[in-house]
Amino acid sequence: MDVAAFLDRVQRADGPDDFRLKAFRAALGRLRSGRPDRARLVLASLSDPTAKPGKAAGNKNACGAWPGAKTTGH
Amino acid sequence: MVSRTTDDYLALAAAGCEAVCEPAFWAGFDRGSVEGFHDYFCQLTEYEPQRAAKFGLPHFAWLCLNPKEAEDLKLAEEVIELIPKFLDRPNVLGIGEIGLNRNSRNELKAFERQMDLAARCRQLILVHTPHLEDKLKGTRLMIDALKSDRRINPARVIIDHVEEHTIALALDAGFWAGMTLYPQSKCTAARAVDMIETYGPERLWMNSACDWGVSVPLAVPLAALEMRRRGHSPAAVDRMLHGNPLQFLSQSPKFKLAAE
Repeated sequence: MDVAAFLDRVQRADGPDDFRLKAFRAALGRLRSGRPDRARLVLASLSDPTAKPGKAAGNKNACGAWPGAKTTGH
Repeated sequence: MVSRTTDDYLALAAAGCEAVCEPAFWAGFDRGSVEGFHDYFCQLTEYEPQRAAKFGLPHFAWLCLNPKEAEDLKLAEEVIELIPKFLDRPNVLGIGEIGLNRNSRNELKAFERQMDLAARCRQLILVHTPHLEDKLKGTRLMIDALKSDRRINPARVIIDHVEEHTIALALDAGFWAGMTLYPQSKCTAARAVDMIETYGPERLWMNSACDWGVSVPLAVPLAALEMRRRGHSPAAVDRMLHGNPLQFLSQSPKFKLAAE
């Protein structure tokens, strides 16, 4: 219900999807996988997969999805 | 815990909590000098134990430079040099929560310096893993660093804030894994109990987040209710709430509960 209400709320709002919403929609697809580790799959899909430390911390706060992921918006 | 109010101590004592363990943490802002850290370490090792004792609670602390303040390597080095002066305080259990926040080079350098400090001084280590999209990468970086140092015994290290995609990394490498409980964001009690059921209770514990954001100091006792609701035995609940933390923390000779 929370997910459904969130998507309704987003649809009522203006503006294009940002990368987090695209990542969220892509992660939703993993819920249908039938596998017993959906939580792990969702978290992994939102994660930074790179291996090397970054140059600088920049913003102290993470935002929920990796900006470098390639996702199709819809 | 660092706070002007005492409601949390009262609630913890009433809930049957036997000890409070408080890692050195970000102040909500970047401290401007090593003197700021000195004062904070005094608060953790002098004032808070006195305050907790008024509620019958032994108070233990971990000391470190936290990852959110690790970008300034000059300040980081000053703080790391300060820490040994406090390690002999009677309530200090080890070095923590060291870790990564955004997985930057400077954060990793500060982590490795404190890892070395812990190894040299034979301290327990409490590791903070980053949040959200940074957690998987940061966990891998830190486990690699810890495993590369032969002085470090994985059984004396707890990798905290594990979630479903990092718990196996910590456990498979021989470390303890901590699940930090939040009421809304990050790991909830239900998900923590899912992980206990999936991986078993060995080298696993739960702790209550007491962050600047929304958090509940009684999250661990509330997770016990979730375990009981699912049919876990009193012995299983006791192991998660008491036995496992006692097993890990007793590796420090300073960790003593009130005499029965």
